[in-house]
Amino acid sequence: MTGWQMLFYKEVMRFVRVAAQTITGPVLTAMLYLLVFGQALESHVKVYDSVSYTAFLVPGLAMMSLLQNAFANSSSSLIASKVMGNMVFLLLTPLSAWHWFVAYVGAAVVRGCVVGFGVLVVSLVYAVPPLAQPLWAVVFALLGATLMGALGVVAGLWSEKFDHLAAFQNFAVMPMTFLSGVFYSIHTLPPFWQTVSHFNPFFYMIDGFRHGFFGVSDVSPWLSLGVVGAATLAVSAWAMVLLRIGYKIRN
Amino acid sequence: MLALDRVSLEIAQGEFFGLLGPNGAGKTTLISILAGLTRATQGVARVMGHDVQTDFAAARRDLGVVPQELVFDPFFNVREALVFQSGYFGVRHNEAWIDELLHELGLTDKANANMRALSGGMKRRVLVALALVHRPPVIVLDEPTAGVDVELRQTLWAFIAKLNKQGHTVLLTTHYLEEAQALCARIAMLKNGRVVALDSTSALLSAASGSVLRCSVDGELPDELRALARVTGRVVQLPARDAAAVEGYLALLRQAGLAVQDVEIRRPDLEDVFLQVMHRAAIDEERVA
Repeated sequence: MTGWQMLFYKEVMRFVRVAAQTITGPVLTAMLYLLVFGQALESHVKVYDSVSYTAFLVPGLAMMSLLQNAFANSSSSLIASKVMGNMVFLLLTPLSAWHWFVAYVGAAVVRGCVVGFGVLVVSLVYAVPPLAQPLWAVVFALLGATLMGALGVVAGLWSEKFDHLAAFQNFAVMPMTFLSGVFYSIHTLPPFWQTVSHFNPFFYMIDGFRHGFFGVSDVSPWLSLGVVGAATLAVSAWAMVLLRIGYKIRN
Repeated sequence: MLALDRVSLEIAQGEFFGLLGPNGAGKTTLISILAGLTRATQGVARVMGHDVQTDFAAARRDLGVVPQELVFDPFFNVREALVFQSGYFGVRHNEAWIDELLHELGLTDKANANMRALSGGMKRRVLVALALVHRPPVIVLDEPTAGVDVELRQTLWAFIAKLNKQGHTVLLTTHYLEEAQALCARIAMLKNGRVVALDSTSALLSAASGSVLRCSVDGELPDELRALARVTGRVVQLPARDAAAVEGYLALLRQAGLAVQDVEIRRPDLEDVFLQVMHRAAIDEERVA
C-alpha cells in the first residue's frame, strides 16, 4: 500500500468500526421515512403514471442517504481529528494535498454508496422500482458521493468545533437535500418554487439518479449530468485549494 | 507578534542537540516550522538538506516528531496506529521494526489495547513509537518527559541514546535541565524568539563563573539573598564568585537567625547557567529598549 491508500483504508476502517452508527442507523432512518410517507401518501400522490408513490420514493431516499452520509464521513473525520488533536500525525507525513483529497473523498464515496445501496436493498421489501437505465444511476451515485465527500472536506476544514459542522449540516445540507424532490416531483410545486429548485444542485443529483430507475425524470439526465459534473469539479477544486494551503490546519 | 527572530542554527548529523528556553520562548514554534506544521513568514528551514516547504515530502520523511500534546486516535489500538503511520510514509512490511519499537518502549503487552485505555505515560510512549515508525534519521522530541514517571524516563533515554549512537540526529526540548545536561552535547537557549546562547554543553558549563553554595534553612531568607537564590522548599542555592562570597552568605544567614544544614559547595550545573543566561538576556533587552 502506498501512503494515500493507507489513509483511504484507515478512513474506511474508521466508519466500518462503528457501522451501527454509520451504516445501519442511516438505513433505518430511510426505512422509517419510506414506511411513514409511503403509508400516508401512497393513495394520495401519483408522480409518474406507471409508478407507485412508494416505488417513486425509494431511489430518492437512497440517494438522499448516500449524499448525507458521504458528507458526514469526510467532514466528521476531519473535525474529529482536529478537535482531538490527532491530525498532527497526518500533518507530519509526506502525504500531499492530492493524497488527502483522494483518501478522504474516496472513503466518503464508499460510505455513501454502501448506505445508499443498503437503503435500496432493504426497501425492496416495500416496493421494487424498475432499473430502466442503471448506468445513469451508477454515474449519479458516484458523482453525487464525490461532490458531497469533497464538500465534507471543505466543511470539515472550515469548522473549528462540532457546532460549526452541525450548523453547516442543519442549515445547508439538510434543507437542500430535503428540498431537492426526494419526496415529490418538482412539477407538483408552484412555479416560484419550481424555479428555486432549479438552482439547487441536489435536485439534479436526485433527478438524474431517479432517471436511472424509471427512465423518466423532471429534467433531461444530460442537463443533470452537466450541472452535477460542474458542481463536483468546482467543489473538488475548492477542497483541493484549502488542503493545499492547509486551511485552518497548518498555521 | 514575532515568535522567532533571526534564529540561525545548524545541527550536524548525529548530534544530540538541546533546545532550551522558558515557556513562550519559541521552541515549539521552531519545531513546528521544521515539521511543516507552521509556515515561517521569512527565512529557510531544511531537514537533511531538504527545504521544509518546497521539498516537504523528503523533509518529512527524514523527520520524526514527538509532539508535546498527548494526542491519540480513539478508533484504533496501538499496533493499528503504528501500522497506519508507517503506511502514510509508504513503509511496507514494517512488522519487525514495529515489534522492536513496542519492545524497546515497554509497550509489547499494550499492542492490542485501544489508545483510550492507556495511561498518560503509556500514551507518551506510543507518541514516541509513532514518531520513530518510519526510521527517520532526525528525531525531534518536544518535552517528551513532561509528566512522565521515572521508569519511562529511563527507558526512553536509554532508547534515544542508543538511536543517537546508531547515527540518528536528536533535537530535544525539555524543562528538565538535568536531562539536557546529561544527554545533549550542544545546546541552544532561546528567549523571546531569539538565540541567547549557543555552545557545547561543556563550554557553557565551564564558562559559568564561580561555584554554588547549597544548603537547607529552616525559615524565610533575608531580602538581600532572596533575589539571588534558587529556592526549592528548604533548599537554597546561591551563586558564589569566590570563598569570600560563601562566607558572606553564611554570615547573613546566621544574622537572620536561620539554622543552616547540609552545606555543600558545588560546580554550577546547567540550571545555574540557564538562569545566568536568561538574567543576562533580560538585562540586554532592557538596555536595548
